[in-house]
Amino acid sequence: MSIGEAPRDRSWTARLRTRAEHALPPEKLLPDRQPAYVASWIYVFGALTIAALVCLVASGMVLGLKGPAWWHVTGIGRFFNGVHLWSVEIFFFTMVVHLWGKFWMGAWRGGRSLTWVAGAVTFLISIAAAFTGYLSQQNFDAQWISTQAKDGLNSVGIGAFFNVTNFGQMYTFHVILLPVAVVLLTAWHVLLVRRNGVVPPYVRALADERAVGEERA
Amino acid sequence: MASPLDAAPAWRGPYRSYDIVKEVAICIAVVAALATLLTILFSSPDERPSTIAQWARVQPVDFLTTATAELDGSSDTAGYGPPYNHAATGQVIGPVQLQSWLGVSHPIDTAADYVLAPLATIPNDPLLRAQIARYLAASPAQRRAWTDAYTTALGRATAHGTAVLVSPAGAGPVAPMMASLLSLAQAGGLDGALLTSRQFYQTDYTKPLLFMADGSLLSDRAQAQHLLGEQWGMMNETGSYPGQVWLWLYTFWYQIKPFSTSDNADALVWALMMALSLAFVCIPFIPGVRSIPRWIPLYRLIWREHYRAQAS
Repeated sequence: MSIGEAPRDRSWTARLRTRAEHALPPEKLLPDRQPAYVASWIYVFGALTIAALVCLVASGMVLGLKGPAWWHVTGIGRFFNGVHLWSVEIFFFTMVVHLWGKFWMGAWRGGRSLTWVAGAVTFLISIAAAFTGYLSQQNFDAQWISTQAKDGLNSVGIGAFFNVTNFGQMYTFHVILLPVAVVLLTAWHVLLVRRNGVVPPYVRALADERAVGEERA
Repeated sequence: MASPLDAAPAWRGPYRSYDIVKEVAICIAVVAALATLLTILFSSPDERPSTIAQWARVQPVDFLTTATAELDGSSDTAGYGPPYNHAATGQVIGPVQLQSWLGVSHPIDTAADYVLAPLATIPNDPLLRAQIARYLAASPAQRRAWTDAYTTALGRATAHGTAVLVSPAGAGPVAPMMASLLSLAQAGGLDGALLTSRQFYQTDYTKPLLFMADGSLLSDRAQAQHLLGEQWGMMNETGSYPGQVWLWLYTFWYQIKPFSTSDNADALVWALMMALSLAFVCIPFIPGVRSIPRWIPLYRLIWREHYRAQAS
């Protein structure tokens, strides 16, 4: 090593940075261009799902900061609960449309299996997150859902450590554990999409189109 | 091995300009505006919760019948099994008993927790204490005879407001015990007694919820709100709100045989849904299933501009 030459850094930090830069260079992480085939409204539903997640987390944070009983007794609390509820409904609607769109695209092709798995697991965890939200409402709906849902969970042993009639436990799952899991899984899913790119069209259809064109000619 | 027809070679065609930050920002604005609009138009549902005091006042006969069943061990909770007690083994999936694998984690002794312990909190009532002592000193057969006689009498009882007119012939100490329990419940004391049974701060509503679920008040309200199992149950929301519609497949199985008539319906539905969920996650690895999008080419609609451009 000569004077003025930087030592070759073999630290974990440098290795992680090098690997991250290699996997997700800035132009991949925040792209300003997309393949020409990315031209359908179906692609917007992924971004809409993330937008709904932002809205429901933001409204949920307001509700959480004021405590679980606040929305029952104030008009502004009821408003934020409404925004939270409808954001959840929009979140699931857009996510399901996004999911079906990706299914019919065969979006796992070309080494993108993990992207599908991350998205599918996010969908399932989101159902659990929403479910604990319904249990945390502190109203009749929460009472009824908890007394009904306990039987299914108890029947497979889950009820022994996930007690739906324990408001404190369900509230903790709803405001901390499951939202963090959904956000982290969503981030992982998005990074995989950015790293691997959007799945290209099936090549078979292109061949068919050409054949039809030749026949017409 | 995947079919070569499912291949997705790297794109070497043209690109178009795209602004990811702008797209996400516009989406957030659109969703926030839509959620706000829906809130202004429809707000959110909030049916007040039921209490044991409300139950005891509105349905005093049902309350007494349920409490008597808790005392003699014939209620749903008393015979439930894990995780509340050892009265049953619970549901099974073939030879597998998952319900009992972690034992009794939330113990409930219905007679002690719902009747005897709350009655013991009533002060300055030596007559009640004597009746409780008489009940506890009796043989199991004698206790059962008293509770059976009282349950039979309740079948002919009438409610006048919050009072119950009952002729408890042969019910022994059970009649005055239940009368005291009804008074305690109607005054709100039982709600507190079941919640604060362990400590001052409390968030675990298992005992009062299971007690109320053994009675009719919750199910009557649920039926009126189209929330019963045969009404597609808990995926619905009170009022006319969309609720948890994403649970439709889970709820669907309960509507058809063999699940709708099975004693192990919950365990079977859960096993099925876990298998389906695993298959859903693993679609990219399941031969045949992963080729469905190619066999049913809806993708032609999604990428129609691409194919049109390529063909020309």
